[in-house]
Amino acid sequence: MVEQLSPLAAVFRPGSHGNFVDGVGVTLSEMAPGSIVQLAAWPGEEKKLIAAITSLTGLKLADGAGAGAASERHTVFGFAPGKFLLTDTAEGLVSAAGVVTPAMGTITDLSHGRTAIRVAGPRSEWVLAKLFAVDFSLVAFPQGSGISTAHHDIFAQIQRSGPDRFDLYVFRSFARSFWKMLCHASDEVGYEVR
Amino acid sequence: MLITCPYCGPRDVSEFAYQGDGNRSRPDPSSTDLAAWNAYVYDRLNPAGAHNEIWQHAGGCRAHLAVVRDTLSHEISSVRFAREKGAPAHGRRKSGAKP
Ligand SMILES: [Zn+2]
Repeated sequence: MVEQLSPLAAVFRPGSHGNFVDGVGVTLSEMAPGSIVQLAAWPGEEKKLIAAITSLTGLKLADGAGAGAASERHTVFGFAPGKFLLTDTAEGLVSAAGVVTPAMGTITDLSHGRTAIRVAGPRSEWVLAKLFAVDFSLVAFPQGSGISTAHHDIFAQIQRSGPDRFDLYVFRSFARSFWKMLCHASDEVGYEVR
Repeated sequence: MLITCPYCGPRDVSEFAYQGDGNRSRPDPSSTDLAAWNAYVYDRLNPAGAHNEIWQHAGGCRAHLAVVRDTLSHEISSVRFAREKGAPAHGRRKSGAKP
């Protein structure tokens, strides 16, 4: 496979930044999964697609809007009716995804098209609430689930991967700009890049 | 203003794009009925009250939605996927109908 270069490299500065004297509020990192694919079911094929995702990843997906799950290797969540984002730490997921047949739906390789950014820590809800008009409370946004939203008309897909942890998928070409803005938003609470 | 998307839940109006009056029904593309086309293109009910509208959750799940919004108060009384056929809660009005 082609070696991927991070779009964040030019602005990625590991270490503590901002107002961290009283502790680090959030930790920012790039996840860099080997594969990111989007799966879409034809109308009426949603249940079969969910079964195919389970057979591919071993992850059980609840039947509901935005439902998601994660393991050491894979993450998956629904982000629109009949549509799912699926990641794998290994490369080549798109060819392994033959379990999704053309009669069932479509599979689109986004591995080089999205940048995955992890925001973790006690102030992650607070920081993300500055950027997105979305309720990030655990009640409205349960662990494992995902959403589609936008920041200044730029799409973002977000999965809650822990009580204080969110994984953001943004367009690769906007990722550096988004990262810089995320750093500015995190300044106030102190952040660590790692 | 919040619109409660049937998939995504309540979201800020900035995530939605207005797609126009939801009362129109397009004549058959092969129709040469000029009055019907004229009504489809130009006639609007412009009610002061409940209004059928089409919105797209453009900054979210991207579904097209049939919304009933009160043009006086912005109160939204119903939202459903536009692809789900059937009249909105308060009933569908004829295209081009004038009081
Ligand atoms: Zn939506």
